[in-house]
Amino acid sequence: MVDAPEPIISVEDLNFYYGESQALTNINLKVVRSQVTALIGPSGCGKSTFLRLLNRMNDLIAGTRVEGKVIFEGVNLYGPEVDPVHVRRRIGMVFQKPNPFPKSIYNNVAYGPRLHGLRDRAKLDELVERSLKAAAIWDEVKDILHQSALGLSGGQQQRLCIARAVAMEPEVLLMDEPTSALDPIATARIEELVKELKRNYTVIIVTHNMQQAARVSDETAFFYMGRLVEMGPTEEIFTRPRKEQTEHYITGRFG
Amino acid sequence: MSTINQVQSVAAQPLSTPAAGAAKGMATTSPPARKPIRARSRDRETWIRIVFTAAGLFSVVVMALIIMFLFREGAYLFKTVSLSDFILGTAWYPTYDPPDFGIGPLILGSMSVTLVSSLIAVPLGVGAALYLAEVANPRVREWVKPGVELLASLPSVVLGFVGMVVIAPLMQELWDIPTGLNILNASLMLALMAIPTITSISEDALYAVPRDLMEASLALGATRWETLTRVLLPGALSGVGTAVILGMSRAMGETMVVLMVAGGAAQIPTSIFDSVRPMPATIAAEMGETPFGSEHYYALFAIGIVLFLLTLGFNLVAAWISSRFQQKGAATL
Repeated sequence: MVDAPEPIISVEDLNFYYGESQALTNINLKVVRSQVTALIGPSGCGKSTFLRLLNRMNDLIAGTRVEGKVIFEGVNLYGPEVDPVHVRRRIGMVFQKPNPFPKSIYNNVAYGPRLHGLRDRAKLDELVERSLKAAAIWDEVKDILHQSALGLSGGQQQRLCIARAVAMEPEVLLMDEPTSALDPIATARIEELVKELKRNYTVIIVTHNMQQAARVSDETAFFYMGRLVEMGPTEEIFTRPRKEQTEHYITGRFG
Repeated sequence: MSTINQVQSVAAQPLSTPAAGAAKGMATTSPPARKPIRARSRDRETWIRIVFTAAGLFSVVVMALIIMFLFREGAYLFKTVSLSDFILGTAWYPTYDPPDFGIGPLILGSMSVTLVSSLIAVPLGVGAALYLAEVANPRVREWVKPGVELLASLPSVVLGFVGMVVIAPLMQELWDIPTGLNILNASLMLALMAIPTITSISEDALYAVPRDLMEASLALGATRWETLTRVLLPGALSGVGTAVILGMSRAMGETMVVLMVAGGAAQIPTSIFDSVRPMPATIAAEMGETPFGSEHYYALFAIGIVLFLLTLGFNLVAAWISSRFQQKGAATL
């Protein structure tokens, strides 16, 4: 038995409420550094809510309440002294629908670093190029960097959004069903990219698509009705799940 | 009604004849002959079309007639006064002998109140829109938005009255100036009139910026303020720009307020405490005392032309801004 690798995020006894109704109950899990963790489960099971808790995006919704701890590199993100803005700079997010700013491709990627105070043109150029390369879109856009990002196709826009998140040099990338609005070819490219990204980043991806979870992830967590039913190495979850509910879900008997 | 019925029965004849013949052989099982409704509905549609076309054309025709009238009457002035003397002249003494018809001071009067009022109204109006769209919680918004819009329903004569009896004495006392009826006072009142326009249109534009763009910005570690200034405002730029121009155009064309509180002195202003005589106030004040067909009468129409062209310009710029910077929707898939 090998020692368990050190987790980058560990969630302890997490409960989450939208007003009166409880959306997440007693979640405990650990996310391993430099791996891809997939969150799966039927609609409304709380997986997206959980993802948004990891970079405090749910703070923006009025009337929500969090109990428990999310420990990221030794710090409880829900501790009183933590500024959510700093959390979001280190834990990036890619959304379900591609949402580039109505700015040029270059300015989309440079947006985050500029907020950081990076003004040096040469350094910005270099960072933009590196981020676009990391998101596997550089070859397609290198000649049109100063055109509007809205002229790109949906798949290109989503890779641009990944580049935009990568430009912040975060430690963790959260992806909320990043391919649900894309066609199969664009989806395949994003999946390839996710596998590439784990070399430098820890990726947590919510997906509705079980094959996608099986293809891209190292660990899989199955959520159902606001609870974490089971979590383990992807291969095990998909070949010999321990819980009956997991088996039913992955074999398509519900969900 | 009876004519319609006649039309029906006439139109029904050729259609129903073969059907009736067939029905004789089939006895009771055949369906009853249907009433042809084509003739009637075509008739009605023609009428509806005529009525709506007339309604649509009416305002266009009236508009065209007014503009023709305005230009025709105004043009007579230029038989005796040159265009450059009229526009660039610095003396407006229409009743002297010989009279002076230089509207330079009037144009500057209009410009100065428009400029100063937008300096007041734009930050307040756009600020109020940002507050309503982003800061206010929904319950406050429900009360404040109609409140701001209600400001637009204040009759301008009421605002003028307030400026005259409340603001003017206050200013005189506060700054020890000869008169409280001046550019600043008029601009304040005009700003109050422009703010609802600016706020209402800006707020709609801010509200139309997709929420997921703001989420994207916040997820990159932007603060709320950074998101506001770098994503929200640029995204709503066309709407806010349109709002500002329309607000200014409203201030430019407004008559009653400037007639009551701008002071009415046809001089070139040198400070915001000077009295001025903006163009609309000039027309309103002098038209009643002018002999029909006199030079002075034509001069007032010529001022109307200038005013019309200026507000038309503002509206064209507003239309151009809103088409030029229109955001082409969120992400296209």
